[in-house]
Amino acid sequence: MITKEDVEHIGWLARIEINEQETVEYMEKLNSVLEYFGQLDELQTEDVAPTYHVAEIYNVFREDVVEECLPQETVLANTENKQDGAFRVPKIG
Amino acid sequence: MAYENPDGIRIGLEIHVQLNKLKTKMFCGCSTDYHNAAPNTHTCPICLGLPGTLPVLNKKAVEAAIKVGLALEGEIAEETQFHRKNYFYPDLPKGFQVTQFDFPIVGKGKVVIEGEDGEHVVGITRAHMEEDPGKLVHIGSIEKSKGVLIDYNRSGMSLIETVTEPDMRSPKEARRFLDKFRNILEYLDVFDGNLEGAMRVDANVSVYWGTRVEIKNISSHKGVERALLYEIMRQKNVIRRGGKILLETRHFDEGRGVTISMRTKEEAEDYRYFREPDLMPMRVTSWIPAIKETLPELPDAKRARFMEQYGITDMHAKSLTSKIMLADFYEGVCATGMDPKTAATWTADVFLGELNYRDLAISSYDGMTIGFIHAKDPEIENSFKVPDMIELVTLFAEGKVSDRTAVEVIRAILDGTEEKTPSQIIEEKGLFKAEDDLVTRAVAETIAENAAAVQDYLGGAEKSLNFLVGQVMKKTKGTADAKTARELIVKELKG
Repeated sequence: MITKEDVEHIGWLARIEINEQETVEYMEKLNSVLEYFGQLDELQTEDVAPTYHVAEIYNVFREDVVEECLPQETVLANTENKQDGAFRVPKIG
Repeated sequence: MAYENPDGIRIGLEIHVQLNKLKTKMFCGCSTDYHNAAPNTHTCPICLGLPGTLPVLNKKAVEAAIKVGLALEGEIAEETQFHRKNYFYPDLPKGFQVTQFDFPIVGKGKVVIEGEDGEHVVGITRAHMEEDPGKLVHIGSIEKSKGVLIDYNRSGMSLIETVTEPDMRSPKEARRFLDKFRNILEYLDVFDGNLEGAMRVDANVSVYWGTRVEIKNISSHKGVERALLYEIMRQKNVIRRGGKILLETRHFDEGRGVTISMRTKEEAEDYRYFREPDLMPMRVTSWIPAIKETLPELPDAKRARFMEQYGITDMHAKSLTSKIMLADFYEGVCATGMDPKTAATWTADVFLGELNYRDLAISSYDGMTIGFIHAKDPEIENSFKVPDMIELVTLFAEGKVSDRTAVEVIRAILDGTEEKTPSQIIEEKGLFKAEDDLVTRAVAETIAENAAAVQDYLGGAEKSLNFLVGQVMKKTKGTADAKTARELIVKELKG
């Protein structure tokens, strides 16, 4: 069961502000989703290896060959927060 | 005698190594050659973490990881895959780091170091692949930071993180482990340790077999040793005063040489690891035989061979194999037919000693010329050629220059800005050993010019003889043999 504290914790991890009313709402919704998935517990899976990837594809690689990079102006084109060719963000922590 | 570890010290290391010898980043074709480039000029939608992009793994990065695994005598996983490690920090544009979690590519291995009591085995817990985040530069000092500038050139570089068991029992052992580890990586040619940010170390340390403290992000081997020495002293002091060691993460302030608390583990990280759906799992054990073929002779094997093949001491063999480029340079010198023992003395004792004294780090060797750069200022660089070493040692062996002169020539080449051969330097400085008649003439002149000193000497003042010898040395610019000069003066004056 997901508690209110769990929802608050998840909100903090995602850096999303959640008010009291939303906390209750999300708690109920998340619990109903978990309950739904809980139906899977009825299956016997002891002898089944876990599936880590639905597509059974392995070993997708590329060669170590240099490709063109983006010009600095393009990289910074979508932000106003720039300085000396770098992204500028507020002081951290 | 076995080392008893009286303070119950346990040190474990986590070492991040950048695979900076690859041409491209881990998941995109951006060049890894960004070290002197302007910010954000080596990026693309993939390493900028833009939505809708698909990472594709660099095959060479996997090969390098397997090489490292084999060199650490580690188990290579039958099946291995990537996870997302989620956290918010602006050096990670995606909001997560692609790393490996419960299926690392390399499992248990080991490295043998020279421990407090002889050979000591340090267990390797695991080694895994992950991507490097971007680089943050604080505007002003960290404490008074007004903002942060981000350069994503480093973002998406291939890293290998190696985790050791807490098997090291002193800061010295930790330092030796790092030296050995770095040396192995350089032998494997997957890594250039001279580049900025090439190796970063986190160290876990506890005393009296107690609670461990983690020290984050130390950038040099010396730094690791200093940080550990400080931290061990701090923990012992806390316990002596009746305090308790907290499970916490600390930061090492290189300038002040102290560790500072960053956060206690109570607010434990919650990274919500989950499978990286954009990357397919790997089954690469079939590559192992072919990769094994490409593995070079590793340091321990080379050291044993050098002793065997060249008949040199273990000290010399160890010193010469401490850097693969130095080992190759030495073999280059030996290949010309020079006596290997003489070559070892000049290369390991004199040449390497002079490099270390100058803080010069060997950075290249092309079969003829060994290059080095200043450890703290890569702008300072210089080189030394195999033929120069041969010429110099031959001149010395033939008695044409003194050993002091030979050392002086090595210094002149290391400090010089122009390319000159040893003979040119010796000639310019007038350092060829003086001919006997030159010394005889200098003695005659000295006696003629220093009547007072001569009188004093004849009157019994032995000190005056030293003065006269000094005058002869001065006239011959130090090329005369002091003993010969002394004998000649005495013979001249006392018959």
